Amino acid sequence: MGRYNAFNVFWQGLTGNKGWERAWRDPDPKVKYEVIIIGGGGHGLATAYYLAKNHGIRRVAVLEKGWIGGGNSGRNTTIVRSNYMMPGNNEFYEHSLKLWENMSHELNYNVMFSQRAHVSLVFSPGHRDAGARRYNLMRTNGIDGEYWDLKRLKKEIPYLNYSDDARFRIEGAFVQPRAGTARHDAVNWGYARGADQLGVDIIQNCEVLDFVHREGRIAGVVTNRGEISADKIGLAVAGSTSTLAPKAGLGKLPIETHKLQAFVSEPIKPLINHVIVYGYGHGHYYISQSDKGGLVFGGDLDMYNSYAQKGNLPIYQDVMGCTMNILPMAGRIKVLRQWAGIMDMSMDGSPFITRTDVPGLYLNAGWCYGGFKAIPGSGWCFAHTIAKDEPHEANRRLTLDRYKRGFHIDETGGGPVPKHH
Amino acid sequence: MIRIPCPFCGMRDHTEFSYEGDATVEYPPLDASMDDWYEAVFLRDNPRGPHREYWRHLYGCGSFLEVERNTVTHEIGDVKLAHPGMRETVK
Repeated sequence: MGRYNAFNVFWQGLTGNKGWERAWRDPDPKVKYEVIIIGGGGHGLATAYYLAKNHGIRRVAVLEKGWIGGGNSGRNTTIVRSNYMMPGNNEFYEHSLKLWENMSHELNYNVMFSQRAHVSLVFSPGHRDAGARRYNLMRTNGIDGEYWDLKRLKKEIPYLNYSDDARFRIEGAFVQPRAGTARHDAVNWGYARGADQLGVDIIQNCEVLDFVHREGRIAGVVTNRGEISADKIGLAVAGSTSTLAPKAGLGKLPIETHKLQAFVSEPIKPLINHVIVYGYGHGHYYISQSDKGGLVFGGDLDMYNSYAQKGNLPIYQDVMGCTMNILPMAGRIKVLRQWAGIMDMSMDGSPFITRTDVPGLYLNAGWCYGGFKAIPGSGWCFAHTIAKDEPHEANRRLTLDRYKRGFHIDETGGGPVPKHH
Repeated sequence: MIRIPCPFCGMRDHTEFSYEGDATVEYPPLDASMDDWYEAVFLRDNPRGPHREYWRHLYGCGSFLEVERNTVTHEIGDVKLAHPGMRETVK
C-alpha cells in the first residue's frame, strides 16, 4: 500500500481510478497476540497505531463487533478543543490538541482538521465571570484563550441574534482560536490504515463474548470468531464498558450509560465559519458547519440511562429551540438526519485511562460528551500505559481510584451525578 | 416519548418527570466505612436491560416514583411510589 499524494490522485483520475488498493487488510484473527484492543472506534484504533508506532508492539489486534468507527466515532459533532481548567484534564486535552495539529501529516491521511475557533457565547455578567475563571486558568496552563467583546464578536460573527428581544442577549464570547472541527470518519480510517501498515490486525464483525483468566491474569477473549489469547488487553468500548467490565473481572464502575443526540441539516452555502456554543445554565448547545455544507449541531443528553442508539423527541425540540435562540434564520432549513450515540458518563465528567486491579487488563472509558477530541491523546496515553504498565505524564491523574481518594476532576462542579456533566 | 403511569396522576409524558437515577443503590449508615460509602455514591451496575430507577413527577404531583424501565427498549414495567410507607396508602 503506497502513500497518498497529489500525483497519485492525478494519475488515478486519468486512469479511471482503477488502481486504488483497499486501505487496510481484512485478516482472520490469529490464535495469539501480544495486545488485544477491544473496540474499533477512534480510541481503539489510535491506541493500536501508537502501540506499533511509539512502542514497537506490532502483534496487536483491534476487535470490533460491528464495523470500525460505527459507534460514537461516527456519531459525534466533530468538535476538537482543549478549553479545560482542571488539572488532569488540561494537560491531557492540550496534549491531544497538539497531536491533532499534525495528524494529517503523521497519518498521510487528510483528516480535514480545521482550526476555525471555538466560540462560547456569554449571556450575563455571572456567565462572563465563570468563563473568565476558566479561560484565565487555561492561559496560566499555556492553553490559548481570549475574550471577544460584543464589538469584536459582531465583526467576526455578524449573523447571530443580537436583538433586544432575544431569549438570551449575547454580551460577548470566550474563544479558543486553536480549536475547531475534523472529519470524523477520516480520523478512524486514517488511524486504521496507519495501524494496519504497521502490522496491526483490524478484525471487524468480531464480538467479544467473554474473557479468559489464567493464574490471576487476563489471558484472552472468547469471541464469536473463536478464542484469542493475549498478554495484555485494553478495553475501549465507551458506552458498552459496563456490560464487558464484569466479565473481565472489574466489577462495578463509576459510569452510567446515557444517550446523546446529534443533528445535521440539509447542505447550505458556507455560513458558519466557527464552532459556536453556549452552556452554563442557559441551555446547552453547539453548532458548526461541515465541509459538505450541513449544519451539525447538538445539545443535552436525553437525561436517563439508555443503551438505545436512538434519540427521543423532547430533546429534539429542545435543541431546535436552542438553534432558534441564536440563529432565527435557521428556522427554514430542513433537518436532514438525527441520531444518537451511547456515552460512558462518568461520575465527575472526566475519563479514565488506567491500569486495573486485574493484571494485564487496561481500561479506557468515561469519555462523557467529549470522546472525539480526545482520540489522538487517548490513543497515545493508552498505548503508553499498556506498553510500559505505567501512565504517561498526561494521563497520570485519569485513574479510577481518584473517586475514593477524593481527587475528582469535576469541571462543572456537578457532583457524582453522571447526567450533570 | 416515554410514558410513565403515575399512581396519583395517571399516564403522563416523561417530560413531566425528572430522572433521579439508580433505585437499587442502598446508602449505608452514616458511620459505615469509607469503602461502603464509595460504593454507594460512585459505583453503578449500569445494566443493559431492565433497570430500577427513580423518577420524580416534577411537573405533576411531585412524588418520587420507583420505575422499572428497560434501558434498551425504554419499555416501562412496574411503577410504584418510592416511599415504602406511602405505597400502602395509594393503591
